[in-house]
Amino acid sequence: MSDVMIAARGLTKRYGPHRALDNASFEVNKGEIVGFLGPNGAGKSTTMKILTCYIAPSEGTATIKGADIWDDPVGARAAIGYLPESTPLYAEMLVAEYLEFMGEMRGLQKDALRKAIKKVVEECNLGGFYAQEIRTLSKGQKQRVGLAQALIHEPPLLILDEPMSGLDPNQAVEIRDLIRTLGKERTVILSTHNLAEVQVTCQRVLIISKGKIVADDTPQALTSRGRNRYTVLIKKPEKGYRDASARDVFAKVKGVDTIRAIEAEEGAVKLEILPSGKDDLRAELFKAAVDGGLTLLELRQHAQNLEQTFRDLTLTAAEAGEDEDEDEEDEHEAKPVAKASAKDEDEDDDEPASKSTDDKEKE
Amino acid sequence: MRNTLTIASRQFRSYFNGPVAYIVICLVMIVIGIFFWPAFFLSGRASVRQMFTLIAYCVAFAGPALTMGLLAEEKRSGTLELLITMPVREAEVIIGKFLAALGLWAVLLACTLPVPFSVSTLGNLDWGPVWSGYLGIFLMGGAVLAIGLSFSSFTDNQLVAFFLSCFVSFVLVLVIGWVLPFLGGAVANVADFISFSSHIEALARGVIDSRDVIYFLSITGFALMVAFRALESRRWS
Repeated sequence: MSDVMIAARGLTKRYGPHRALDNASFEVNKGEIVGFLGPNGAGKSTTMKILTCYIAPSEGTATIKGADIWDDPVGARAAIGYLPESTPLYAEMLVAEYLEFMGEMRGLQKDALRKAIKKVVEECNLGGFYAQEIRTLSKGQKQRVGLAQALIHEPPLLILDEPMSGLDPNQAVEIRDLIRTLGKERTVILSTHNLAEVQVTCQRVLIISKGKIVADDTPQALTSRGRNRYTVLIKKPEKGYRDASARDVFAKVKGVDTIRAIEAEEGAVKLEILPSGKDDLRAELFKAAVDGGLTLLELRQHAQNLEQTFRDLTLTAAEAGEDEDEDEEDEHEAKPVAKASAKDEDEDDDEPASKSTDDKEKE
Repeated sequence: MRNTLTIASRQFRSYFNGPVAYIVICLVMIVIGIFFWPAFFLSGRASVRQMFTLIAYCVAFAGPALTMGLLAEEKRSGTLELLITMPVREAEVIIGKFLAALGLWAVLLACTLPVPFSVSTLGNLDWGPVWSGYLGIFLMGGAVLAIGLSFSSFTDNQLVAFFLSCFVSFVLVLVIGWVLPFLGGAVANVADFISFSSHIEALARGVIDSRDVIYFLSITGFALMVAFRALESRRWS
């Protein structure tokens, strides 16, 4: 058997005119821990639901350990241990009853079932609340029961949808360590929008945005490959200022890809400029500001990290998209990132190019 | 097959872990206690036909109460996703759920057995119509439960499932029987054919007519098919 655990080809899922997933193709090899990273609504859960044969793709197909999701859904499901988002469990059951039920659904019986339950109880450390009703458990304990359920039939592939969301930091560390241990002998796919999580847990990251896979690499490579990012602070003229005209000034610079207005202090405008290449654009940007008659208060270059790569990739794709229905999302993403970018502003060789230029004087 | 039974047994046990099974069984017993015995002593005949009529009325409300949560609640809480992604077929899930409800219905009917036994001590009870009546009411219950299950598969709201299936079974069991005398011609024939009460009537008299049996079985089969399709349709939506 080949080393490919999942082969997805051209997966597309349409909900009316909206494409939740747009021609996504990827492969996951045996033994990898792969992180699906993307903003809410990017298509992570949709991909997982398709792989587990809960929903069917509008186009495309995938094979799980050789079993096609169209031709052999039961075979594909048998190879997967799945933990859906928000860990749905039967609240009225005891942990013991629940594991027994899930084990039986997986075709385990009698001795094999008893052994399997004993094994997952140890692996996921459920001993302390094995005889409790599920409704009485904490979120972290429920998460462990959910994982135990996914592991009970020793599946070669684990699919975990946001396994660490909603957990407190201690629980998150606990679950993360568990996933890493499990990943030693299994293939694991997990989705998240927590970047730190991916950096520590995963060997490979697939970044999904607007239903498209926009990056597929190791966390290290994604961190280092990034383009630099610039912010410029311009003084707002007394009157007659238009956002668009300031943008036009910088858009003319060769190598500028996208420009976004971000939060700024009173009387000033802050623009974020993403270049398309790796060249240093500071000199050109400065020149453009002077030529365009803008009063430049600040010009900074920021080094890239995974967070910015993520934002860069997901926001660029979002802006390029036709439909605007995910504006909301961009705002969600922008908030935490804005904070983070404030932190690392001092890292790089800042160039506080605060020179006031006046058109008329020059002429 | 084993999956079906696993699902059925979990569901059946979960009925008794919650209040619904107890409430429904108690209410039906109370209704029979209040309405059957006075009528029985007034009529002075050793027959339990009246009890079947009462159970038929009850099932129009009790059936939907038993089935409303079967799929709707699993959808709402998300557990359906986990259940469906087990290596099972959708049909096994539907049949398993249905068998659990049917099992509870059988338990409920078993709880009414003391009534014919008491009657038999008071007079000379003909047991033939009693057993055929039980067969009829069991089949009719199955049809109502299947209808309830199909409504439960359309929505993730238990109350919506309850009221819709209540409405449909109320019409089938009671309303058509009430308006039948005012109808005439072909309409009356159709209404008589559709009405559950006219099919249960003969069975309660002791006449096992294959048409009545087949009628209930086909309604059950049709409703389960609808539920199956509805469950399957989530894949394409």
